[in-house]
Amino acid sequence: MYRYDEFDQQLVNERVEQFRGQVARRLAGELSEDEFKMSRLMNGVYLQLHSYMLRIAIPYGTLSSRQMRKLADISRKYDKGYGHFTTRQNLQLNWPALKDIPDLLAELASVEMHCIQTSGNCIRNTTSDHHAGACPGEIEDPRVICEVIRQWSTFHPEFSFLPRKFKIAVSATEHDRAAIRVHDIGIQILKNAAGEIGYEVWAGGGLGRTPIIGKKVGDFVPREDLLAFLESVLRVYNMFGRRDNLYKSRIKILVHEVGVDEIRRQVAAEFKEVKARGTLQLPEEEVDRIRKYFASPAFEALSDDVPEIDAAAARDKGFADWLKSNISAHKQPGYTIVNVSLKPVGLTPGDCSADQMDAVADIADKYAFSEIRVAHEQNLCLAHVRRKDLYEVYSALKAAGLGTPNIGLITDQIACPGLDYCNLANARSIVIAQRLSERFQDIELQQKIGRLHLNTSGCINACGHHHVGHIGILGVDKKGVEYYQVTIGGAADETAAVGDIVGPAFTEGEIVDAIDTIVKIYLDLRQGDEIFIETYRRVGVQPFKDKLYAAH
Amino acid sequence: MAQHSRKGAQFQAVTANRLLDGIVVYLTKNNDWSESLQDAEVAEGKEQADALLARGVLFFEPENLVLDVYLFEVEKTDAGIRASSVREIIRQAGPTVRKDLGKQAELDGVHA
Repeated sequence: MYRYDEFDQQLVNERVEQFRGQVARRLAGELSEDEFKMSRLMNGVYLQLHSYMLRIAIPYGTLSSRQMRKLADISRKYDKGYGHFTTRQNLQLNWPALKDIPDLLAELASVEMHCIQTSGNCIRNTTSDHHAGACPGEIEDPRVICEVIRQWSTFHPEFSFLPRKFKIAVSATEHDRAAIRVHDIGIQILKNAAGEIGYEVWAGGGLGRTPIIGKKVGDFVPREDLLAFLESVLRVYNMFGRRDNLYKSRIKILVHEVGVDEIRRQVAAEFKEVKARGTLQLPEEEVDRIRKYFASPAFEALSDDVPEIDAAAARDKGFADWLKSNISAHKQPGYTIVNVSLKPVGLTPGDCSADQMDAVADIADKYAFSEIRVAHEQNLCLAHVRRKDLYEVYSALKAAGLGTPNIGLITDQIACPGLDYCNLANARSIVIAQRLSERFQDIELQQKIGRLHLNTSGCINACGHHHVGHIGILGVDKKGVEYYQVTIGGAADETAAVGDIVGPAFTEGEIVDAIDTIVKIYLDLRQGDEIFIETYRRVGVQPFKDKLYAAH
Repeated sequence: MAQHSRKGAQFQAVTANRLLDGIVVYLTKNNDWSESLQDAEVAEGKEQADALLARGVLFFEPENLVLDVYLFEVEKTDAGIRASSVREIIRQAGPTVRKDLGKQAELDGVHA
């Protein structure tokens, strides 16, 4: 894992003290809310329905067990004993008091954490593949370049007041687990025939009220030029992005309005100038220095063949179910990736209690090189676990209420906080996700349905990624009453697509049955081993429309 | 200023979030702020509502005690004052989830 150097630590410590002074002045009435708002947002502090909310950055979703324990401590000490992992691999606390936040930030700084780049119109925390450094077929660990981007983008003076927030995601495998095509910039790491590493750069993707899949603006940017290229894209956006209309201010609107060819031309012109200056040329020795922090742990020479695991699966059905869905292939023989579900039936997707955070930290210390990942699907992940330890890991997770065997299945839902917490929401999303997980809780049924991404957002801002769910649910408000609109056919991976609206919205009382009907239609129509999205792509939206609205 | 009421609303109250901790509060008859909706002063008609809001806004500036001060529609029922919208019911009684803690655990009968 990356460790702060003296500059990183000083920067974060100074930021805490700066914010402490700002909070004191705000509480004393020396700063108005208008004057203070920008400062608090730049430190991850929002005002939500019930309280302030603090968004803590987890750069590229990687945490040490020590950091996880600190998150547990602060959620007990300053909050109500739980936190919420988000689709941007961050952690949100729902109930901190403004007066306590400087002390909370000081505690975070003691474990090299902060809330910088979690809000405001800046380059936000860069996200990545939660299987980074562990999965087979990876070109290189994407966190190396994420860390480079973090250092370049933190407090970047030119990009601290962009037209709107700006999100970057990086993937280094053919299968995209970081949803790069729905980010302001998505970076796909590639290797050419000569064995050189380069970066395919996508720009102008995004969800929200205008969902758009990103367009390719860079085909194979050499490593030494990546920052210069990113700077060029940001400069074009900073110059020409709309500042007159909040709803048109993201780079996706600019790319859409002027066209990808013109954006490519403008970026190329800017790139020529940035490159001529030479200051943003990325030195290989600096990349090497950072790469060392992400070196693989000391793996043992082990075999994938572990008969005692097969025997345990044969006698413990819960373990067998968990092995089917929660384990992913590892690059090292004898090791595996353990995906930890934060989607127990009937509870809040992404929520994790302080005790669970401590439990995961303990398990990571004992079995996973003290490292934890956060997945953008609002789950956790232990990237390097010996296969022979799987039963012990499963048992420990299960004892902590973290053994739900549903990764990638219909109950592994993304849901934003919605109207239960969020000041922007129009409708609740958590309760809908809870009722759906109760409806589909039968594990045999879930396995029969197969991989299906069911995502719910409580408003058009789409924090619940509903547009790119295989099935998406959008909560809307009609005269103070919640309704739910359904989309199908979305995807967030390398086949990224925005879902199609099936028809008129459903009431809160109807929505679970409507989703049940959609699933039944799919099960009737599917051929062979098709998963939902494959059936949908073959048959289109019409059969779903016909039966769904005939049934209601 | 946020708009969370509707034109023609008969009864309205004023709410805000407390500056110090962000907690939801309601403007009372005593010109104070209470965490309980049942303590809220209810204005009838537009004129009373505008006057109530004007009083509440003073606690944002210059008093610096609350922020996001606004009017919202309420109903007077046998069981007391009830917010009309789902949003304001949730602000009053906490999230409709995690009913094991917070005010959602303490306030009976608000969330169905």
